[in-house]
Amino acid sequence: MVVKMNIEAVHDALYEEMKRDNRIIVMGEDVGRDGGVFRATEGLYKEFGEARVIDSPLAESGIIGAAIGMALNGLIPVAEIQFADFIYPAVDQIISEAAKLRYRSGGAFGCPMVIRTPYGGGVRGGLYHSQSVEAVFTNTPGLKIVAPSTPYDIKGLLKAAIRDPDPVLFLEHKRTYRLIRGEVPEEDYVLPIGKADVKRPGKDLTVISYGLMLHFCLEAAERLGKEGVEVEVVDPRTLVPLDKETILASVKKTGKALVVYEANRTGGFGAEIAATIAEEAFDYLDGPVTRLAGPDVPAMPYNSKLEALFLPSVDKISEAMRKLAGY
Amino acid sequence: MAGTLDPVKLLETMLRIRRFEEKVDQLFFAGKLPGMPHACTGQEASAAGVCAALEPGDLITSTHRGEGHLIARGVDLYRLFAELLGRRDGYSRGKGGTMHIADLSIGLLGTTGIVGAGIPIAVGAALAARMKGSDRIVVAFFGDGASNQGAFHEALNMAGLWKLPVVFACENNLYGMSVAQWRHQAIKDIAVRAQAYGFLGEVVDGNAVLDVLEAASRAVARARVGEGPTLLEMKTYRWCGHYGADPGTSYRKAEEVAAWKERCPVKRHTELLLKQGAITESELEELQERISNEVDEAANRALECPEPPLEAAQEDLYQAGGLP
Repeated sequence: MVVKMNIEAVHDALYEEMKRDNRIIVMGEDVGRDGGVFRATEGLYKEFGEARVIDSPLAESGIIGAAIGMALNGLIPVAEIQFADFIYPAVDQIISEAAKLRYRSGGAFGCPMVIRTPYGGGVRGGLYHSQSVEAVFTNTPGLKIVAPSTPYDIKGLLKAAIRDPDPVLFLEHKRTYRLIRGEVPEEDYVLPIGKADVKRPGKDLTVISYGLMLHFCLEAAERLGKEGVEVEVVDPRTLVPLDKETILASVKKTGKALVVYEANRTGGFGAEIAATIAEEAFDYLDGPVTRLAGPDVPAMPYNSKLEALFLPSVDKISEAMRKLAGY
Repeated sequence: MAGTLDPVKLLETMLRIRRFEEKVDQLFFAGKLPGMPHACTGQEASAAGVCAALEPGDLITSTHRGEGHLIARGVDLYRLFAELLGRRDGYSRGKGGTMHIADLSIGLLGTTGIVGAGIPIAVGAALAARMKGSDRIVVAFFGDGASNQGAFHEALNMAGLWKLPVVFACENNLYGMSVAQWRHQAIKDIAVRAQAYGFLGEVVDGNAVLDVLEAASRAVARARVGEGPTLLEMKTYRWCGHYGADPGTSYRKAEEVAAWKERCPVKRHTELLLKQGAITESELEELQERISNEVDEAANRALECPEPPLEAAQEDLYQAGGLP
């Protein structure tokens, strides 16, 4: 085992996969010579050359469209959208083309590609460098959506995404890139897409969260532990397909569920998790399935106090846990 | 120069496209074929001419008005009819219908109901072809309407920048659905847009199949030897409305349609071949009858094809297991 940061886990997975399979191509804005704005692709250009690490024009629809064409013609593209906020010009290619090709071809062929993108706030990125875009895509069957939050999960799941025969949207919380460290095996390993992980066991209350919020939840759970409330923290790791079994098993055990997500509250993916719990674990519930999320404002404000107000904090999460535990 | 140069073969392809669309029309108005068929009647020469310039391993992306391209590439007419009828043996097992066919066996990366969406995909496939060291080239078919999409411009920029083996085959039928070209863009020749991306644009009479073939062959040859893309604009016209239920009369004058029917690409090529003696009247009749029977037989078989099982709706989302 070695200790790595989240960003290093991304980089190492890309590097090792590109070494393993020369069909893998990295493409995106500034990913080549510069090594990417977050340094995820640092050194890849030098190691694998400009043919496999492509500095694309600033054209997201073109990047994703070209990646789809590459996937259909025998390559395995890993396209980077520099910030998740920039993904919207490519939404048509992702939703109408990549996600539907297997269905459209009657199962004859699919679209093996990965779209990596940094999402989330807490970096003073303001309106267009802080968004959490998952809900735009979780309503699109045909895509897989992976949102891991620790170095171990990121490396194992990015490798799985690259080896997957279908299109995978791979969400990386940018605030956690250099914030979160963890142990990673030195040998090659892959984690299954669609499998949640109980990050902290507990019997009194279940919290489901991912991204930066997962780490805030773990911190809040520590606090609650000192107050005698044992919080179980479930990290779905994959949003689509969602590991309902692990989530429901936890809620059935604790009887209480809190879903914490950073995206806007209304219609956010956490609402889907909450609905699933309400529908499928109703008989086990001892309190209202609760959501704690970003407010319904257009995007994360720039001002530091307003940004902090947008993000569910450890304090706010602890308070929501206490309230729910009191039922 | 690649592909078939047999002018009778070109006629055969055009007749097959024409007959296919007639059959679709007939079934649609008989209430037997649902959905929104987008006929390419009147545009047979661009499909036949461009595809005749291709080799079997080459790839295409097509459009909502794509049946001509598919037929010119040798699509299985039975499976095509079955898809249009929403039946089990269709290309996407009856789930896609018209506009949503994909078949790698004929090098078809997909038709799409999203105007212009196939163009960047063609560019990516061309990039992959070059990276793999293959001499395959890719043709992106689209219309005048698509040339206003951002995807068109993003894709042309990339193709020009990287000198990719792709031919942008623009079938300018003068209307983006109901809006005439002069009302949707300030230029007359879409081919001029190639210049902005650093490669060659060419205009050709899209109703003269031999002219199309010649221009397409030049473009394909350039792409194949690494000289980069071409924007080939073919001036043509769709005889019918935008789709089955659109008579196409609210935005076009009857005289305009009639004038274009006079320039029928099938008739023009037929007359040429008869004049040259490349085909006799009786051979022509024989050919027409053979194609007619072939199309009818495929349609009749497809009408007998069962519906897909209900489980099919939940299938073909993801593939089990990893990549080969």
